[in-house]
Amino acid sequence: MSALNIKKGSTSHSAYDLRSANSEVEESHTLAVIVENEPGVLARVIGLFSGRGYNIDSLTVAEVDHTGHRSRITIVTRGTPAVIDQIEAQLSRMVPVHAVHDLTMDGPSVQRELALVKVRGKGEHRIEALRLAEIFRANVVDSTLESFVFEMTGTPEKIDAFADLMRPLGLVEIARTGVAALKRGF
Amino acid sequence: MSKQMTGAKMVVQALKDQGVEVVFGYPGGAVLPIYDELFLQNDIRHILVRHEQGAVHMAEGYARSTGKPGVALVTSGPGATNAVTGLTDALMDSIPIVVLTGQVPTFMIGTDGFQEADTVGITRPCTKMNWLVKDTAKLSETIHQAFHVATHGRPGPVLIDIPKDVQFATADYTPAEKAKISHYQPRTEGDPNQIARLVEMMETAERPILYTGGGVINSGPRASQLLRELANETGFPVTSTLMGLGAYPASGKSWIGMLGMHGLYEANLAMHGCDLMINIGARFDDRITGRVKDFSPRSKKAHIDIDPSSINKVIHVDVPILGDVAKVLEELLRQWRARGSRTDKAGLAKWWKQIDEWRAVKCLAYKPSTSTIKPQYALERLEALTKGMDRYITTEVGQHQMWAAQFLGFEEPNRWMTSGGLGTMGYGLPASIGVQIAHPEALVINVAGEASWLMNMQEMGTAMQFRAPVKQFILNNERLGMVRQWQELLHGERYSSSWSESLPDFVKLAEAFGCKGIKCDDPKDLDDAVMEMIRHDGPVIFDCLVEKHENCFPMIPSGKPHNEMLLSADAEAFRSGAVLV
Ligand SMILES: Cc1ncc(C[n+]2csc(CCOP(=O)(O)OP(=O)(O)O)c2C)c(N)n1
Ligand SMILES: [Mg+2]
Repeated sequence: MSALNIKKGSTSHSAYDLRSANSEVEESHTLAVIVENEPGVLARVIGLFSGRGYNIDSLTVAEVDHTGHRSRITIVTRGTPAVIDQIEAQLSRMVPVHAVHDLTMDGPSVQRELALVKVRGKGEHRIEALRLAEIFRANVVDSTLESFVFEMTGTPEKIDAFADLMRPLGLVEIARTGVAALKRGF
Repeated sequence: MSKQMTGAKMVVQALKDQGVEVVFGYPGGAVLPIYDELFLQNDIRHILVRHEQGAVHMAEGYARSTGKPGVALVTSGPGATNAVTGLTDALMDSIPIVVLTGQVPTFMIGTDGFQEADTVGITRPCTKMNWLVKDTAKLSETIHQAFHVATHGRPGPVLIDIPKDVQFATADYTPAEKAKISHYQPRTEGDPNQIARLVEMMETAERPILYTGGGVINSGPRASQLLRELANETGFPVTSTLMGLGAYPASGKSWIGMLGMHGLYEANLAMHGCDLMINIGARFDDRITGRVKDFSPRSKKAHIDIDPSSINKVIHVDVPILGDVAKVLEELLRQWRARGSRTDKAGLAKWWKQIDEWRAVKCLAYKPSTSTIKPQYALERLEALTKGMDRYITTEVGQHQMWAAQFLGFEEPNRWMTSGGLGTMGYGLPASIGVQIAHPEALVINVAGEASWLMNMQEMGTAMQFRAPVKQFILNNERLGMVRQWQELLHGERYSSSWSESLPDFVKLAEAFGCKGIKCDDPKDLDDAVMEMIRHDGPVIFDCLVEKHENCFPMIPSGKPHNEMLLSADAEAFRSGAVLV
């Protein structure tokens, strides 16, 4: 991430759009895209990003309404304000897209990611890993005499921080889901 | 009461329900059940093309000239891949077409079966929407949905991929009125508050301009009518993109000509110098804006468009109005009239005086010749000799296309079919056939370059078979003229592969197809030859041998602003410094 990156949600505390339309500064935005759960829809959404040169930092998708066949795609993307607006317009005109919410602009939101982190080690390292996991409220979901798999949820930053701490203690593998997000309040 | 039928029969039934009269297509293994059903009925006419690209361009020509969606039917694998250029062309120019493709049976999908291609995968980026139908019970509804999507919002191409077993299987037919209404209902009414802001700007603008595009034509005849009222009542000058020609009549008093890379001097300078730009259904394409940073630097800009992603995509506008052109213009006129139909008359008079000065430059002037036919002269004569006729024009892509746009006048919408966004050589001949099939009595002329024309010349067979008396007016400069022009101006006159070598004898070619061939290389014979072409009751290939090294001016080199336009006189002085795109 670049130093210029405006943290998620930071512009949303004002009632005004503080961004200048001509700003060249890249921002990170979390978009929730509600789509018809049909074959090919995810490919169409992803194809839009690759075809038009937009970034995807993280993407999650699952059906959230089984009777209505709606899926929710959560995309974390980066771009100047003009590019973000264009991404939202491009998404919202797609035939199978029902709604596009910019959670970064819509007010504060909760953002969570789940990670499974495998750490291998003995003795002091093993004890330290367990102690840190407790501080991060990570659960042990698998253990052998030489390894743990920790499960944790949190913001991507929290997971980054945990992974950084685990690296010298024997981190061997990590699986992350990408961000799921909801607007806070109503 | 529901009706059971096979998928193949459903296809034909759904097309009938949608009011389809003509299908352009080419058979193959994966669509044989549908062809069988076509054989067993007489309501839908099938036009057998010679190449699937031709089918799609014909459907485009049909659609653009009627305002109704065009339909093409092709087989799986190579049939579908041959349709890709036409789909992309229709996507770029917002043409409503429905393409039906056959597919290998569902149980074979993914096995690299004979003539299997991932059609929905390949065509996803070049369709507005596409569907692979794996269940016959969903087929009729999907077809109805496809027509809805193709024709609502910003029109565009859609594709339905139908595996062969789905065509054979039986299920209940869903009639159009019972089909699940799509949630896809783009907003058509413009925001009255934004329209009110624009009305205020119109009242005080000193140098306004109406910059119109293909969206006016796509919106329907009512939009063109309202544009005429707006222009005539306000006295604002009107320019148009290549795609919008005919929405405002070329003989109208507010018309200042086409704008853009090869647009008129007065139109481009008016765009550059205006203080209020009202974009109506155009999209600030790069052939229009030139260098974005210097595009119309002193104007307030309003943009009326049905596609939210067109607004603020390239040029930031002050007044965005999302909606259908006709509905927005209706409300705009209502509000403006209700407030007293005010404009800044003195400002406008000065503005028109300025425009007239630009006009006096006579940017389309060319050096006449008595010995060779100048392409501009050929088009001037074509215009004069066909004026007032029930005439439709299609074009190929290149210099001839730009000259046709400059020298032919269009009085009505839907009379001009050209490949704008994609610039597809090979579009014009099949498009002309599609137009002629829709308008059997009309005079349909394809203004072509010899190189483009060769790209889909096999479709002359289609024209002959279906008695489409299309006139192929080939401005033959024995060059890939537009490429040659760029090489002359921007690549040090190194003419790399821009000669049209080993050309066929077009008259003999016409005879080989069984149609009429005419050759003309003398300006003195031109009028008679053109009249002979027009009067001939049948397809004609007209080989008009023109000056080989004529350049098309004005020209704004890519990446240059509007006020750095090249006129024919300064062309010699110009060498490098422009960006090639
Ligand atoms: C399918 C395709 N290939 C290549 C091009 C690039 N191109 C644009 S104009 C042109 C030359 C066209 O020559 P011709 O049809 O003879 O028209 P002229 O410019 O001579 O009038 C070429 C090669 C294109 N537009 N489309
Ligand atoms: Mg040529």
